[in-house]
Amino acid sequence: MLSASRNRALAVGGEAHWSTDSAVRVDDLSVTYRTTLEKKPTLKSTLVRLGRRERIVRQIEALRGVSFAVPHGTVIGIVGVNGAGKSTLMRTIAGILPPTAGRVEVNGRVSTLLALGVGFNSALSGRENVILGGLAAGLTRDQLAEKYDEIAEFAELGDFMDMPMRTYSSGMYGRLAFSVAVNMEPDILLIDEALSVGDARFKQKSFDKMRELCAEARTILIVSHALRSIGELCSEVIWLQNGRIEMRDEPAAVIGAYTRFLGVGQSDVALEDL
Amino acid sequence: MEAQNPSAMQPHPEQAEVTAQLETKSKQQHLVRQDEFASERHVYEPHPIGLPPLDSYVRELWRRRQFAFELARTNLRAQHFNTVLGQLWLVLNPLLLTFIYFVLVDIVGRGSRGSTFLAHLMLCLFAFRLVSTSITEGAGSVVGGGKLILNVAFPRALLPLAAVITAFMTFLPTLGVYAVMHAIAGLPVGLHLLWAIPIVVLLLVFASGGAMLIAAVQVYFRDVRSFLPYFLRIWLYASPVLYYVHEVPHKFKPIIDANPLYPLLGELSEVVNRGQNPNPKLLAVGLAWALGAFVLGAFFFVSREREFAVRL
Repeated sequence: MLSASRNRALAVGGEAHWSTDSAVRVDDLSVTYRTTLEKKPTLKSTLVRLGRRERIVRQIEALRGVSFAVPHGTVIGIVGVNGAGKSTLMRTIAGILPPTAGRVEVNGRVSTLLALGVGFNSALSGRENVILGGLAAGLTRDQLAEKYDEIAEFAELGDFMDMPMRTYSSGMYGRLAFSVAVNMEPDILLIDEALSVGDARFKQKSFDKMRELCAEARTILIVSHALRSIGELCSEVIWLQNGRIEMRDEPAAVIGAYTRFLGVGQSDVALEDL
Repeated sequence: MEAQNPSAMQPHPEQAEVTAQLETKSKQQHLVRQDEFASERHVYEPHPIGLPPLDSYVRELWRRRQFAFELARTNLRAQHFNTVLGQLWLVLNPLLLTFIYFVLVDIVGRGSRGSTFLAHLMLCLFAFRLVSTSITEGAGSVVGGGKLILNVAFPRALLPLAAVITAFMTFLPTLGVYAVMHAIAGLPVGLHLLWAIPIVVLLLVFASGGAMLIAAVQVYFRDVRSFLPYFLRIWLYASPVLYYVHEVPHKFKPIIDANPLYPLLGELSEVVNRGQNPNPKLLAVGLAWALGAFVLGAFFFVSREREFAVRL
């Protein structure tokens, strides 16, 4: 399985129309941000705290000197415990969070599935959300019209596409989001925790779709806790720990080390898509 | 993508032109795609000061302008979707508001107000609402776009600017209402009315600055939106809407002078209602306020926008 996807990556590498060799290059990347611990920041609570001279803003060093390169047409898995910096890394590559130090270089059209992000306004229909999301991502109306049918068909939502998204079940949300992300003809696809959307049938379908994208020399970065899927899909796995790269190697090796670190062993529950 | 056109192989004379057109079209498409590929290389580095590189920011903003228009349109549709009268509210709402204020002012003024004043009140109220709606809609624009902000990289300023477009779209039908009022009041019609165009443009520039500022502030202080209605109400009373500028008692003049909307609203009334040419000095003050608000709002918003993703 592993060597097969490696070979495929090598085979299609020659067709790639890129002058630069890496799809994603991350050099000594550090991301530090300040965020508030409040649930809902308000002026009132700020004034109250000012009176008490408290500070509630905390500095978070999410990434500390991460470097790696991803060649075109490879599938990289990223694993790590909660808060290890996985999502921050994905958002920085997507250009959503700015680097504090270091450099990120991305060659190709990026499509993201980071926060089940289509349904940003649940009062609008699935169709309106897809179009707004696509326009925000920089696609033109013509390109969207071209892709819309594919997206709707892949998501298998039927009449729900024209109903407000608040009527959707969470599985339907996930299906639409996944369908948008994979059908944007991305050169680089960033997926965060979304392998297990929908029912078993849709899961299988999304798995096949990602295989298909790999075969087309698309580059994919996946963050997931579903270690078995990671092991089957990826040609390489990066293990992040406390904002640093703990290990980067073949899937089997990294997953072995990571599960030993977690102390769970490779039981079915541990590897299962949670 | 630029698939072989089958008709190109059969040289029918009447088809030749069509084919040529198709070919140029597909060539153009091809060019467009090439451009996009060229722009699909991104380098993200820390910015020395709070601002991202402005030239590429503005370019990306312009490239996605369709998004702002689409968002404004869907917002508008969603607002009046579930009401019986639907889009008719866009006309009915400002009309009722004008009526309420006119009755109020007329009672206070012991019935001395005529149709010319009614036209003034209507015009300035609609213009004021253009700004206040922009700011109210703008306040929720970034906080309401949470998932989109977490998922897609795009110039965030599009969100408050879409709010201004929404406000402008609600303003446009009220212009028709005012035109009827203008005719009923028998006010002069002439080329001097064209002065209203630059004044409305300046109001839009001012509103954009205000919307961007308040949208960014709302991310940090979520209760700002609750203060807004009171703030805007006081602002309305401090603007020459429910009265003429020249009626303001001397002791309140400093308050009016400090009001950023006074020059623009005052001149709008002078030009449209009284048929005068605008006072260049006041127009210049209005221009300065509009540009100042825009630069301040844009600077504050754009220098903060990269933080929004971790603050939402």
